[in-house]
Amino acid sequence: MANLTDLVNLNLSECTNMIIAEYIWVGGSGIDLRSKARTVKGPITDASQLPKWNYDGSSTGQAPGEDSEVILYPQAIFKDPFRRGDNILVMCDCYTPQGQPIPTNKRHNAAKIFNHPAVAAEVPWYGIEQEYTLLQKDVNWPLGWPVGGYPGPQGPYYCAAGADKAFGRDIVDAHYKACLYSGINISGINGEVMPGQWEFQVGPSVGISASDEIWVARYILERITEVAGVVLSLDPKPIMGDWNGAGAHTNFSTKSMREAGGYEVIKKAIEKLAIRHAEHIAAYGEGNERRLTGHHETADINTFKWGVANRGASIRVGRDTEKEGKGYFEDRRPASNMDPYVVTAMIAETTLLWKP
Amino acid sequence: MASLTDLVNLNLSDTTEKIIAEYIWIGGSGMDLRSKARTLSGPVTDPSKLPKWNYDGSSTGQAPGEDSEVILHPQAIFKDPFRRGNNILVMCDCYTPAGEPIPTNKRYNAAKIFKDPEVAAEEPWYGIEQEYTLLQKDINWPLGWPVGGFPGPQGPYYCGVGADKSFGRDIVDAHYKACLYAGINISGINGEVMPGQWEFQVGPSVGIASGDQIWVARYILERITEIAGVVVSFDPKPIPGDWNGAGAHCNYSTKSMRNEGGYEIIKSAIEKLKLRHKEHIAAYGEGNERRLTGRHETADIHTFSWGVANRGASVRVGRETEQNGKGYFEDRRPASNMDPYVVTSMIAETTIIWKP
Repeated sequence: MANLTDLVNLNLSECTNMIIAEYIWVGGSGIDLRSKARTVKGPITDASQLPKWNYDGSSTGQAPGEDSEVILYPQAIFKDPFRRGDNILVMCDCYTPQGQPIPTNKRHNAAKIFNHPAVAAEVPWYGIEQEYTLLQKDVNWPLGWPVGGYPGPQGPYYCAAGADKAFGRDIVDAHYKACLYSGINISGINGEVMPGQWEFQVGPSVGISASDEIWVARYILERITEVAGVVLSLDPKPIMGDWNGAGAHTNFSTKSMREAGGYEVIKKAIEKLAIRHAEHIAAYGEGNERRLTGHHETADINTFKWGVANRGASIRVGRDTEKEGKGYFEDRRPASNMDPYVVTAMIAETTLLWKP
Repeated sequence: MASLTDLVNLNLSDTTEKIIAEYIWIGGSGMDLRSKARTLSGPVTDPSKLPKWNYDGSSTGQAPGEDSEVILHPQAIFKDPFRRGNNILVMCDCYTPAGEPIPTNKRYNAAKIFKDPEVAAEEPWYGIEQEYTLLQKDINWPLGWPVGGFPGPQGPYYCGVGADKSFGRDIVDAHYKACLYAGINISGINGEVMPGQWEFQVGPSVGIASGDQIWVARYILERITEIAGVVVSFDPKPIPGDWNGAGAHCNYSTKSMRNEGGYEIIKSAIEKLKLRHKEHIAAYGEGNERRLTGRHETADIHTFSWGVANRGASVRVGRETEQNGKGYFEDRRPASNMDPYVVTSMIAETTIIWKP
């Protein structure tokens, strides 16, 4: 019989100039991703060439049934690693029919902050380290863990190889290449301290694009785990006890920080972050109090501290940056389920716009 | 050994000008699809160049045993996504040897309506949203549902991603590309509110072409689920209880509705549909009373209502149409097992020809 794979892999560029555009948006919980596809005339090289669309917001907790249309505005396009050819993925944000951003649309406000002249002039760079846990389907227990029990304690798993130490590498490697193919600025991957937990990094990316890329990278990851029959978790503390949580450490620098004298600018920025610690923590992801305990390479959620090469601090500055007198710093507080639009914009706002 | 796949995928254009034509027709239930293939001299792009054929109607409940021949008239050609090359799919309708359409032939009457000068002048466009449910083979329980139990309640599944939210995407994606390849005007796909339920849209297509394309798209879908070992159901309420049903919403516009002042024409048309509500409902699919309850984004079967952006109404008008003063409307009443020849021609007949 003809193969499903033959059909899924049909290269349509030979018989039509129509392409398939998969529109992606963030749903009502603020962390659930949704998507649907439409046929458009290709090729498409810029998001502005794509039509607005709409979806049934009453099915995602984003609109009432008797006035259910939510409008999708295309914001960024990427090549589709699943359909390939000229087909694309489109990251969108959500508006009412009157043109107002709906409450769960965090991109709109972030774009305003990144368009502010004082912020734009500083060309803010972000490098985001997205950690995540793979779970066995139906039982929701981490991949590779014995059902009804636990693996040996943490130690052997970080960056490890071997069937008894690395669980799910095919998903991670497929994701790495798929992201590179799609045009996402994925800079690396590694196995994490907790078995079944992994990390990928996106960046350095400028302003709003860092967040667009993280959301689409998350989407690609969830599509790949769907294929693999494995469940993706972005929970910040998936397993209680002596097991690491999952974060989304955000590395940050501005033009001034990257130039001579930058280290002083960095220290001033960290001062401001210290003053607004409570506000940032409130926006850094649900459930983070289960993760930021002061153990497992975190700083306690109620304490702000920073240090060079200190993984137990809220903010870590690399030894390179200290030596050269310029560079970047790492905010280690955000949880794996943070919204990058919120976090990246807030760091820029506090360090560049806010006055104590 | 040569593999079966090598043989199925043989490209015959190198060795012969013969092609294979798969003749497709609707069987005795009005919903079952049948097909058989024959060898012809190729290539063929015009259905009028194809010979009539016949089949054993006594084996499909369409003729008595002692006078069993039913004649197939080719009506529309599509490229065959399974055999590829110059091979084709042929949508046919069914006649007695004396040349009369048999009772289950709904295309014949639809073609008459679409040829009516008043109707043809209005260039009726249709966009049909075909919903369907995938079932696990042998047990006929929805794909992805635990056998003997139920998944978590509706909410996460609409346009969802991930192994715990999306079941059967490979079928849906293979179908999307196969239809584009075949030349069907498939405009999009999305995961539906009930897990294991999906939707594809065909259109906008003019007049009778809409019915032909929906039937061939259904055929391609059933061929693909056959390969995947999964069963496709067009039942309008496959699972009773707090689970959405499956519909075939029919989006419709005429030339007058698409031009200036169209919104008034739309409102007049909706008034006429309201007067003939019972006649339409009777023709909109068997078992629809299990689906049109007034809950789960439907209007109650006995009530006719319409509204802008209202998914709980019989007829919904989009916000854009209201804002622009012209456009189209959506008849949400037809069930997933409706006959598109019947529904599309009845909407045209009621709104263009019929006088109250």
